[in-house]
Amino acid sequence: MLKGKVAVVTGGSRGIGAAICKLFAENGADIAFLYAGNTQKAEETQSLLENLGVKAKGYQCNVADAAQTAAVVKEIVADFGGVQILVNNAGITKDKLIPMMKAEDFDAVVDTNLKGSFYMIKQVYPLFLKQKAGKIINISSVSGLIGNAGQANYSASKAGLVGLTKSVAKELASRGVCCNAIAPGFIATDMTETFAVNEEIKNAIPMKRFGKTDDVAKLALFLASDASDYITGEVIRIDGGMAM
Amino acid sequence: MVFEKVAAMLAEKLECEVSKITMDTKFEALGIDSLDVMELLMNVEEEFGTEIELGDNKVNAVGDLVTLIESKLQ
Repeated sequence: MLKGKVAVVTGGSRGIGAAICKLFAENGADIAFLYAGNTQKAEETQSLLENLGVKAKGYQCNVADAAQTAAVVKEIVADFGGVQILVNNAGITKDKLIPMMKAEDFDAVVDTNLKGSFYMIKQVYPLFLKQKAGKIINISSVSGLIGNAGQANYSASKAGLVGLTKSVAKELASRGVCCNAIAPGFIATDMTETFAVNEEIKNAIPMKRFGKTDDVAKLALFLASDASDYITGEVIRIDGGMAM
Repeated sequence: MVFEKVAAMLAEKLECEVSKITMDTKFEALGIDSLDVMELLMNVEEEFGTEIELGDNKVNAVGDLVTLIESKLQ
């Protein structure tokens, strides 16, 4: 489905990002993935992807730093010859109730989750504009749609991504570029394994289970492929019915 | 030289006579939107091998764009 395409995936070395990289690679895409700091994990992901017969490379990059995103996209274009798909998946949490949440906690989450996505979009924008094609997929969250106690910063950043998605979609729709968002609910990852109240959470989900990273990857694949060419500015929940 | 190049690019894009494009021609009058101007700028960057950022510059007429490019080329 993605043969001949180059996909850039931020936060690609583990969790949902790694599942997206793997499924995209299985579907023929070359993968440039960004990771924050876990070099060992990134090397593992890179060899796993290369074993699938595609070109793959991990790039260490803090997406919250505009200059780093500019440099890394330039490097990726030099290495891969272009970019056709961008998946903004990199995200962090700093969950606290508001009285305990410092301004720095709020800023750090918004800087990575929201501004990081904006910086990456800014870098691929001229490429997509020129080639009159491109797919941008922002990984939002149901937290951004319905809010979540203890996640004021995270919810705000993910709600911001919805607005960003729709604005980009409107700006570039006439040029054949699609921008959509995915809003996952509870997905089983390293991050959710730490939740102490897993059973309680599952009971709040109509499907009574967490989603799998692969579930999100399959939706991302659809949005990255030409099967979704007439869909833009959309936010698709993938949450077992939790936020309906 | 910059004007001639920009005019030629515009004429090609719009499939019109180059003579119809002057320094005073407004992009709006040509049916060119801001994204088209960005695209034109990117082509100009390639042509002249230089990076040009629009920044806060208002580019409403062909002359505005030509002046901007010329200032970056100096």
